[in-house]
Amino acid sequence: MTAMYLSQLTPFYGSRQAVKPVDMHIRANTVTAIIGPSGCGKSTVLRCLNRMHETIQGAYATGSVRLGDADIYAPDTDPTLIRRQVGMVFQQPVALRTRNIYENVAVGLRLQGMNRKADLDAAVETALRQATLWDEVKDVLSKSGMALSGGQQQRLAIARALATNPSVLLLDEPASALDPIATASIEELVTQLKKEITIVIVTHSMQQAARISDETAVFMVDTSAGDAIGELVEMGDTTQIFTQPADARTESYISGKVG
Amino acid sequence: MANQQPTSWSSGKSLLRHGDVPFRVSTVTLASFVVALVVLIGAIMFAASAEARQAFGLDVLTGQEWNPVETDLSPPTFGAWPAVRGTLLSALIAIFIAAPLAIGIGIFLAELCPPRLAVPLSFLVELLAAIPSVIYGVWGVFVFVPFFNTVFSEPVSQAIGGVVPQFAGPIATGRGVLVTGVVMAIMILPTIASLTRDVLRLVPNTQREAMLAVGATRWEMIWLAVVPYAQAGILGAIMLGIGRALGETMAATMLIGNSQRINESWFAPATTAASLVANELTNSVSPLHESALITVALALFGITLLLNLGARLLIWYVERGMRGGH
Amino acid sequence: MHNTRNYTWRKLVDRLMRGATVAATGCAIIPLLAIIIYVMTLGAAALSPQFFTDVYQSPEASSTPDTTTGEPAAEFNPDDPFAGIGIEEGSGDTPATSAEAEAAIYAAGPKGGVLHGILGTLVITGVGLLFALPIGIFAGIYLSEYRHERFATIVRFCSDVLSGAPSIVAGVVIYVAVVTQVKQFSAVAGSLALALLMVPVITRTTEEMLKLVPESMREAARGLGAPTWYSSFTVVIPAALPGIVTGVMLAFARGAGETAPLILTVLGSNVISMDLFEPMAALPLLTYRYTESPYPGENTLAWGAAFVLMMLVLVMNILVRVATRRRGGASR
Repeated sequence: MTAMYLSQLTPFYGSRQAVKPVDMHIRANTVTAIIGPSGCGKSTVLRCLNRMHETIQGAYATGSVRLGDADIYAPDTDPTLIRRQVGMVFQQPVALRTRNIYENVAVGLRLQGMNRKADLDAAVETALRQATLWDEVKDVLSKSGMALSGGQQQRLAIARALATNPSVLLLDEPASALDPIATASIEELVTQLKKEITIVIVTHSMQQAARISDETAVFMVDTSAGDAIGELVEMGDTTQIFTQPADARTESYISGKVG
Repeated sequence: MANQQPTSWSSGKSLLRHGDVPFRVSTVTLASFVVALVVLIGAIMFAASAEARQAFGLDVLTGQEWNPVETDLSPPTFGAWPAVRGTLLSALIAIFIAAPLAIGIGIFLAELCPPRLAVPLSFLVELLAAIPSVIYGVWGVFVFVPFFNTVFSEPVSQAIGGVVPQFAGPIATGRGVLVTGVVMAIMILPTIASLTRDVLRLVPNTQREAMLAVGATRWEMIWLAVVPYAQAGILGAIMLGIGRALGETMAATMLIGNSQRINESWFAPATTAASLVANELTNSVSPLHESALITVALALFGITLLLNLGARLLIWYVERGMRGGH
Repeated sequence: MHNTRNYTWRKLVDRLMRGATVAATGCAIIPLLAIIIYVMTLGAAALSPQFFTDVYQSPEASSTPDTTTGEPAAEFNPDDPFAGIGIEEGSGDTPATSAEAEAAIYAAGPKGGVLHGILGTLVITGVGLLFALPIGIFAGIYLSEYRHERFATIVRFCSDVLSGAPSIVAGVVIYVAVVTQVKQFSAVAGSLALALLMVPVITRTTEEMLKLVPESMREAARGLGAPTWYSSFTVVIPAALPGIVTGVMLAFARGAGETAPLILTVLGSNVISMDLFEPMAALPLLTYRYTESPYPGENTLAWGAAFVLMMLVLVMNILVRVATRRRGGASR
């Protein structure tokens, strides 16, 4: 049951500020959707939540992000430890190519030193069940991950992230590279998972956000000061955002006038 | 705009169109010269080695005695095993030293190096490959061999030479298989390193991110995701490095001591196939001698050709997989 | 589950291995610097005006025949260019070899120069380039403009075979095909052997430079109705020309540094000769011979020759690197 609190989170790419300082409360065991037009910084902000943003040359962020009680941006914190607790799934379904399905899921656990077969077997099965992939792959665990379809690989990626027992799962446009049927299965999976972990999902599809999220954060691009910079415009209960948005910019975006 | 016919084309159109044929003919012809050259090289050496091959067959490469001079007591024997052994041993030592170093260099240049330093450092590494091998020879003879003797050969041979025959003394001139292998390792570093760097760069970023996202350290990401993904290409790079070491002539000739005697010690002089050919071909004492030398050269050509073929196939296969992959 | 021991170990490994890759890179840079520095400093000791203007002087001769003015001390015999000038036979003016005199010979500094080698290298490599250029450039054009044909794969593979072949093989082939047939070592035989090694360099660079020319240029020309060959010659090749020139320079640098093929085809010489069908001197050959010489004076000359050779190669490579960077392209 972990919430996240963003306080004045400001991501930079080198000298360029990407997003205006963000204050956000992500409630525990909810699905929070982050929507907005391209360039508004939604992926950037998401990647700050597990400190993946700084893996890009020259990128960094100021401010704080509290995961439960601890600030993950505290000075001596090691990002690799954060990423166990905050898992991430990317837009492109990625299977680690030189590993079979079993090892793809187990990789995070092996890194942490778990190597007893019984432990790993149990953890892999749990993760695959959570990702609703177990029944499809339980007999072919030793096959390469590349043999799966796109939707299956994405669920494999989710299983891989779930294996380390994170309290938060970040999804960066997880279904945009998938066909509608696979998309539906991912969406259903997300709705199931929120009972156990907190989920933040970036999506360019407002319909998807409306379908599966409890809360929605709307980002827009502000070009008034010259360079484009992202900005959190409004955040709140999904139904309310989509029916009675408080901010005029939200209204324009949702009704299709903008973005 | 649509009505404006470029007049220059229409006036000389037939001439220009016919120009396509000579263009294609000339390029294809000269391109096929490249193929013809390779075929010719193989054919010429095959023919010129016929005499020795028919007389001795594989014994040219496996026989232990190389005595081109006919004496009253014995006919000439052409067993190039001492040379073949020297080639293989020095190349093995070279690759054993160079492969891990070069992979490390490739990893550094592709993954860890600050971007501003990457280009100049790559240039410096590749400059090692541009230095002519005869200069490696001069430097080796006057600078490196004495240095290596003082720092390694002497102390080691005195310490463990009695127990480990490979490191047995005495050290005479210091020229031998080991020091040749070390210098050759320096020479093949750039080949393997720059190819490794290129192949690592082709690994899709999504693999790196997936690994980092489950909590891997930077090194774990590199060693457990990036390098395995590119392993076929790295293997190809190593094969090319071996090929380069096998064919190396001048540095080997100047550093290996040119002795036909097989000595177990790596500090003792030996010889290589390439230096055997370089030293004796122009002074061959009989047609059979010449033919035997060309057989040795043919074997060298054949082996490096196979290594090259294998390496290129691996690298081509890897590049294709990566360009289409995710 | 936070396994502290596991975590500390992983951090340690991470730092160690990353440091190891830096050390590995040092293992390449340090020898490079060592070689360059040694060649420059020890080679500088040999440099003098005489080094660049004079030819071979025997360490044992007390009177120095001036071979640059065409008055050789001995008749130049093409079949035996070293006749009369040798350690074994000695020239006519060899002083009586008392122990003192011998010591003096060994202690003497470098005598003579390497002008014959410099000129020879330029000529042999230049002529080799003349042989290699048409094949290399046209093959490169073919590979770029018709790159999807099956034959192109074969050509590309053969070019790779040539570039990976041991250089001694080039020498062996020309020795068998040319030198033994005409019973003569010659500069042109050396050129042919070097050409075998230079063709793949030119082919590969030409192909890559042509591939870098944006497709939009070709399409623009085609859109105007120009046939392929015309657009190639007037648009594509000129655009790639600076890159192709760098390939030629690299090929020249490669050819100039090769020794093994020349040993088997050119033999070498002690005098300046511009006759392509006779043996000729070359810098790598001189470097090799002077290294193996027992006379320290000649050893110094070896460093000097190495110095000239290395300057040639380094300057070419740096020029190429600067040229390709200025064009903004990252080429290999």
